[in-house]
Amino acid sequence: MSFVTAAAADKNTYDVIVVGSGAAGGQTAYTLAMEGARVLMLEAGRHYQPATETPMMQVNGDAPLRASGTPEKPFGFWDATIDGGWQVPGEPYTSASDDPARQFVWWRARMLGGRTNHWGRISLRNGPYDFKPHSRDGLGFDWPMSYEDLAPYYDKVEMLIGVYGANDGLENTPNSSPGVLLPPPKPRVSDLLIQDRSRKMGIPVVAGHRAVLTTALDHKRLPRLLHPGNAKAQKILAADMQKRAACFFATPCGRGCSIRANYQSTTVHLPPALDTGNLDIVTDAMVRSVNQRADGKAEGVTFIDRKTGAEHRVKARIVVLAASALESVRILLNSGVANSSGKVGKYIMDTVGANFGGQVPLLEDMPLHNEDGVDGLHLYTPWWLYKEQLAGKLGFARGYHFEFGGGRGMPSMGTGANLEWLNGGNYGRKFKEDARRYYGSFVGFAGRGEMIPNDDCYAELDPNVKDKFGIPVLRFHWKWSEHEIRQAEHMQKVAAEIIDAMGGRYATKPQSGDKAIKQGGIIIHEVGGAMMGTDPKKSVTNSYGQCWDMKNLFLTDGATLCSNADKNPTLTIMALAWRSAEHMLGLMKRKEL
Amino acid sequence: MDRRTTIKWMFAAAATAPSLQVSFAAGAEAMARDVAAGQQGYGTDPNLVAEWKPGGPWPLTLTEAGRLTTKALADLIIPADDHSPAASAVGIVEFIDEWISAPYPQQRGDREIVLPGLAWIDGESQKRFGKTFHAASEAQRAQIADDICSAAKATPELATAAKFFAKFRDLTAGGFYTTPVGMKDIGYVGNVPLATFDGPPIEALKKAGLA
Repeated sequence: MSFVTAAAADKNTYDVIVVGSGAAGGQTAYTLAMEGARVLMLEAGRHYQPATETPMMQVNGDAPLRASGTPEKPFGFWDATIDGGWQVPGEPYTSASDDPARQFVWWRARMLGGRTNHWGRISLRNGPYDFKPHSRDGLGFDWPMSYEDLAPYYDKVEMLIGVYGANDGLENTPNSSPGVLLPPPKPRVSDLLIQDRSRKMGIPVVAGHRAVLTTALDHKRLPRLLHPGNAKAQKILAADMQKRAACFFATPCGRGCSIRANYQSTTVHLPPALDTGNLDIVTDAMVRSVNQRADGKAEGVTFIDRKTGAEHRVKARIVVLAASALESVRILLNSGVANSSGKVGKYIMDTVGANFGGQVPLLEDMPLHNEDGVDGLHLYTPWWLYKEQLAGKLGFARGYHFEFGGGRGMPSMGTGANLEWLNGGNYGRKFKEDARRYYGSFVGFAGRGEMIPNDDCYAELDPNVKDKFGIPVLRFHWKWSEHEIRQAEHMQKVAAEIIDAMGGRYATKPQSGDKAIKQGGIIIHEVGGAMMGTDPKKSVTNSYGQCWDMKNLFLTDGATLCSNADKNPTLTIMALAWRSAEHMLGLMKRKEL
Repeated sequence: MDRRTTIKWMFAAAATAPSLQVSFAAGAEAMARDVAAGQQGYGTDPNLVAEWKPGGPWPLTLTEAGRLTTKALADLIIPADDHSPAASAVGIVEFIDEWISAPYPQQRGDREIVLPGLAWIDGESQKRFGKTFHAASEAQRAQIADDICSAAKATPELATAAKFFAKFRDLTAGGFYTTPVGMKDIGYVGNVPLATFDGPPIEALKKAGLA
């Protein structure tokens, strides 16, 4: 089994259809195929091959416009995203409000592996509080599971994909099991300066966690732990792990990685799953709806071949939606299934984002040295004010972390630009001296915080607008609460204080929260819309992502999340997907499905 | 130079210094041909492992006069020194042409600043020295640049010209420091495969007061 045509998929029989090939779809299909289920994966975008398509080692000067972002490549020319961005041609979405503050913007990618090809690879675990937020502060919703339920799956995912980090034992920032994490990269000068000054202010700075191989994976030990008693899976995984090279500390991760040193579904989940012979993949397959059998169960799905426009119906014992939270919501709403609770589309969340940066004289005129490292964060600041927050001293109920960066990275269009606030504006030889002096002396802080689900943030079908396939599109409603706005203000204020403590300066002062906060959807951590729970009247699925109304329909992407902790959601989505897939395997084995 | 841009710049100039109106409008059309109506970009799925050059994804539009003025100004901002050659030696004229000829909103906006700015600086040179900016001497070019290189110090009637200079300087710098020559000049020594990443040298830590 392998990449097949839509027509071939129509004729075959499968145990499970998985809609989507990113973090959720990749993990679901991997777990199912490795354990013997026959899987059909449907991906709306084109086939994508990182080994031959990744621009490794090119510099920004090699690209049109020096690789600057454009509407066609929002994160820059070299970014791995194909046919994606906040706007996808022919596939619109709409907003209920004309007010930009009430609008949500929706990032999508149309390619095999989805957004995992370009993502930041930041892999943080939710902590115990993050599963019981309502119990802790009376806001939002508790999950129908605890940290302990998901901890073994966090371990599994980290071992499979390879995550660097350290076990720092901080509050609500869990350790991984011994032997799971890879060693973190050494900090850069700016990291160490931020750490030194932060600690003096009582703010922790610890090793970042990202899905990058700082050393090769242990192909002898890990496959046995991940697939106990399954010799075939162990053999396939051991062989595949040996084909993944360790990071060589050059070329940015957002381009994807041809040597497979970081996690993307296309280089980590799909190759071994395909090697089992249990996985078929159809690309350019845009799913319209879940089809219902007479007995109320899911029959399969209808998809449209992007290239021919032809409609296809495929069937299986189980249907999994892993199309990204809001695309899965859209499929559910267009199918008219699994929504007796009326909760489909409700409580969508993004991550709260606010940035702040400055310039630090102590970092000027550094001796030449290579600071590429693993590209993304080497250190980060986990949330630290849990006690003050619970005591009501902060004015907002949930935490955030800082992702920060600085140093002598690959020059871009921003290099040497906007120095006028520092040097008064000049040109010529003096300008060249200044460009050298200031290069590498800038630091930036990205606050990334938890948003509390609220009644004003939801998606519904637009009654009038359809995409180019004739499929009704989503219409978004959005409103930040005071919790998020005050949190964003706090982010900029604290970042400015850390820059002050380094003796640094900034071009503009910290802003008020309503100005500092990024628009909903800009951080691209959208989750929710089909919440899991314990009560079928108040939730869409159980803790396994199994729909209350349709027992053989599962959601394994971010749609089921009851809260959106400040920890970036991808690792949690993968851990949930592994747990769900195991549950499906048990149900099939026991002939319950 | 499209009509809307010309009018916008004439208006901006007229608001502060009516005498500049003629020099802003006149000559701007001579700096570049129009971007073709309906010009497309590189699309949402460009080949990332192909070779890309200015003029490939969309046609360049600077005229010879526009190129000469661009070269003179870019080399005034980044001249040759002990570290590296002047900006034009590493293709900055072609890069700026690519930038202002691109069909995207950011670049179309910058075009509306750069082209009238080039026309203005040529006109200003004609007014002061009786010759175009590229034909003027280095000292004469510097005389104009000194008046507009700092927004804080520029006189109110030169505010628009100072905004143009800042934009052009950013484009020149970004274009230059992203080339191999520019990266070496500024001290970027990364993008080489390493067996291990050893962190900063002790001298760097000492410089930051961390060792």
